[in-house]
Amino acid sequence: MSLIVDNLTIDHGAIRAINNVSFIVPKSKLTAIIGANGAGKTTLLRTLSGLKEPNSGSATWNGESVLNRKPEDLARSGIMHVSDGKSVISELTVKDNLALSGLWRKDKKDVAKATEEVIEISPILGQRLGQISGSLSGGERQMLAIGRALIARPKLLLLDEPSLGLAPLIIEQIFQTIKTFVTKMDLTVVLVEQNAVGALKIADQGVVLNLGSVVAVDSAANLLNDPVVRSAYLGF
Amino acid sequence: MNQFITAVLTSLSSGAIYALMSISLVLVWRSTRVVNFAQAGQAVLTTFIGYEVTVRSGSYWIGLIAAVISGALVGAIIDRFFMRPIFKRVKSGPIVMIAPVVATLGLLGLIQAIIGFIWGFTYVSIEAPVSTDGYNLFGTVVAFSPFNLMVLVAATIAMLLLTLLFQKTNIGLALRASAFSPEIARLSGIKVDAVRTLGWAIAGAAGGLAGMLYVPGSYLHPNAMDVLLVFGFIAAVIGGLDSLFGAVAGAMILGFAINFATSYISYKLVFITAFALLITVLLVKPNGIFSSSKGRKD
Amino acid sequence: MKNTSVRKRGLIFIAIGWALLLIGDRVDELALSQGALVATYALAIASIILLTGYSGQLSLGHSALMAVGAYAAALSTNNLGLSPAIALVVAAFVAGLFGLILGFGVARLSGPYLAGTTLALAVSLPTIANQFAILGGEQGVAFDIGLPPARFGEEFSQYKWFFWICALAALLMIWLISNILASRYGRIFRALRDNPVAASLSGINVGRLKVVAFSLSAGVAGLAGGLLVMLISGVSPSAFPLSLSFSLLTGAVVTGVYNLKGVMLGGLILVAIPEIAESVVSRIGGSEGFTVALPGFLVSALLILAVVFTPNGPGHLLHKKKH
Repeated sequence: MSLIVDNLTIDHGAIRAINNVSFIVPKSKLTAIIGANGAGKTTLLRTLSGLKEPNSGSATWNGESVLNRKPEDLARSGIMHVSDGKSVISELTVKDNLALSGLWRKDKKDVAKATEEVIEISPILGQRLGQISGSLSGGERQMLAIGRALIARPKLLLLDEPSLGLAPLIIEQIFQTIKTFVTKMDLTVVLVEQNAVGALKIADQGVVLNLGSVVAVDSAANLLNDPVVRSAYLGF
Repeated sequence: MNQFITAVLTSLSSGAIYALMSISLVLVWRSTRVVNFAQAGQAVLTTFIGYEVTVRSGSYWIGLIAAVISGALVGAIIDRFFMRPIFKRVKSGPIVMIAPVVATLGLLGLIQAIIGFIWGFTYVSIEAPVSTDGYNLFGTVVAFSPFNLMVLVAATIAMLLLTLLFQKTNIGLALRASAFSPEIARLSGIKVDAVRTLGWAIAGAAGGLAGMLYVPGSYLHPNAMDVLLVFGFIAAVIGGLDSLFGAVAGAMILGFAINFATSYISYKLVFITAFALLITVLLVKPNGIFSSSKGRKD
Repeated sequence: MKNTSVRKRGLIFIAIGWALLLIGDRVDELALSQGALVATYALAIASIILLTGYSGQLSLGHSALMAVGAYAAALSTNNLGLSPAIALVVAAFVAGLFGLILGFGVARLSGPYLAGTTLALAVSLPTIANQFAILGGEQGVAFDIGLPPARFGEEFSQYKWFFWICALAALLMIWLISNILASRYGRIFRALRDNPVAASLSGINVGRLKVVAFSLSAGVAGLAGGLLVMLISGVSPSAFPLSLSFSLLTGAVVTGVYNLKGVMLGGLILVAIPEIAESVVSRIGGSEGFTVALPGFLVSALLILAVVFTPNGPGHLLHKKKH
């Protein structure tokens, strides 16, 4: 019951974005994938959610391959991807955005319950249900994007740079809310972040990527305290 | 006074037909980012089917239903078995931008030729279910008939139904989400390909309805809807190309402009008015009058 | 280096011209008239390639732009008494000016606006032309360039004269276009087509260049329109139906929309299709509808097949196979 990435190689255009990458994301744990801009983090995540085709290697969730499948099928099987920055449909209201990932679910009662839970953890969304999402602040949009994914009751949540473009104070809030969701909803999370410290602080495990290759996999605490990793890849 | 009232009423009923065509173009544009020029051919084809059914059953209404249903089917088939493979196939090279549009043009020619094979190039007409004689208004007969009224009512009902579908149903939400952002819709678990095919089906149905409302006041032949396609496009551009409300409003503006120009100045002004309106909108407000989206200009 | 390529291109065109001249002396009247038509269509296709292949815009109104040139040629000969040769130049200029005005409104916009507006033009122009007395209504106006000059001798037929004019005009213009495309402007056009954002960032006025490209293309189309009505000795609204625009687009796509070398082949295909349709009908028979619709069917089918199987032209396919 975990996400196993094995020898995965992905080209992005003419560039080899991910080169022979292997790691394991344990169930019910938060794994942070960190690394500088251009390390291949986003490409990796887009491949895991079906938006991109890999060149070679494998990635399985609960024993089933997640590669080369349609994003909508993966979403329906419990793998939700919140893409970076713009993962909210600005033209739709907050309510409609939240409803999207419940549209196809049979259990409408649970959709309503999940919506309540999301609003409970992030009440601001509840106050803005009728508003057009384009009018939300950056932090609120990010909460909405994550909240929308949770309505589908995912088992595996792939988060791409939730801190992108947000103020430090808001980032802290977002990270805390993510942590709350993970524990309350029993989620397995892959969190891709440039903000290495913030991500590692809430993560159980960290994977450090550099130029498309894994340079370190360890517990988040160990990575935070490893001076070599810190100076070479985390930049602090 | 009579002239004015007549001009208003005929503007409304012709505007209603333009609106249906405009809606069908906008629906496809929103979901596929292609102006479906084949819509002119699709509408003629499905109207011919409606014509056959009308002749055989003796009922215009059964013909109308047949046209709407076959319009939906033809639209869905074109998306699923024609457009989708082309999008999959043509992925690189400078032609990639224009390939889908060029494909719809090829399809337009193909459909029109096939209609010619089956029904020939003679002009046929469909008899209207209600009188096409003008109403008697204050003692004079005006150019607005019970059939024009029926057109207006039918188109209005269709537009209300579409509004309900889009604003109040889950399918409508899926259609809107897939149009605004296919990727996010997909990541939320919506089967965007199927939703797009549904969009094409609704567009085809609207085109079939437009044809059945248009032809009793005109004639049916392979190129009968070329003009309607152009007017639908102009209306869509006025409305901002991706707004359904804008499509209807644009169609009404066009309907009023054409009918008032022809009624008050010269009957020759149909195309000149339409064309002048199009160019004016593109020069002054290229985003359309009712669109909030931006970035149409380079 | 650049000069030699210009000279080489010039020599190639002179060689083609010489070959055409020799061929023109050895074939019959029918072949000459068809040859003239091939040259005219080739020129019209070149105007599409200049626009679509090199600035990435799609026009469905080139039939209308040809009509503008055709009326300009006929009217300037009939009403102003200009010589036919000058009338053809006028045709190009008037159509180019028309394209400039229209292009200023539409060509600088990205998206489907140019395609839709030019479609509107192509659909409405025949009707509009019908309504103006000066354009001769449904009958249209005559365009007679007169007999070939006497110095060519009595043997020199009218069709040979047409062929000479069309072939010469087509060669000259296509030579001119190929030089434009090989120049700095050609490179800028290509940059514009492949990456308009980068082009505008590098200081190129994308909107203005698109208008220029459209205007140039319209001028070339206008000349082709003038030549076309010379061949049928008169211009009328029905000579420039929307289907002509589609045929030209087909000719351009089939031979590769950014491959100027293929235009002759494109012209040949457009002339051949009605002939093929006719021979099919005479063999298997068929209703009137079948007879009328078959050429359109073949053109459309060809267009779709080309888009699906060789979207970037047959040359591109061969190129890919080599690798």
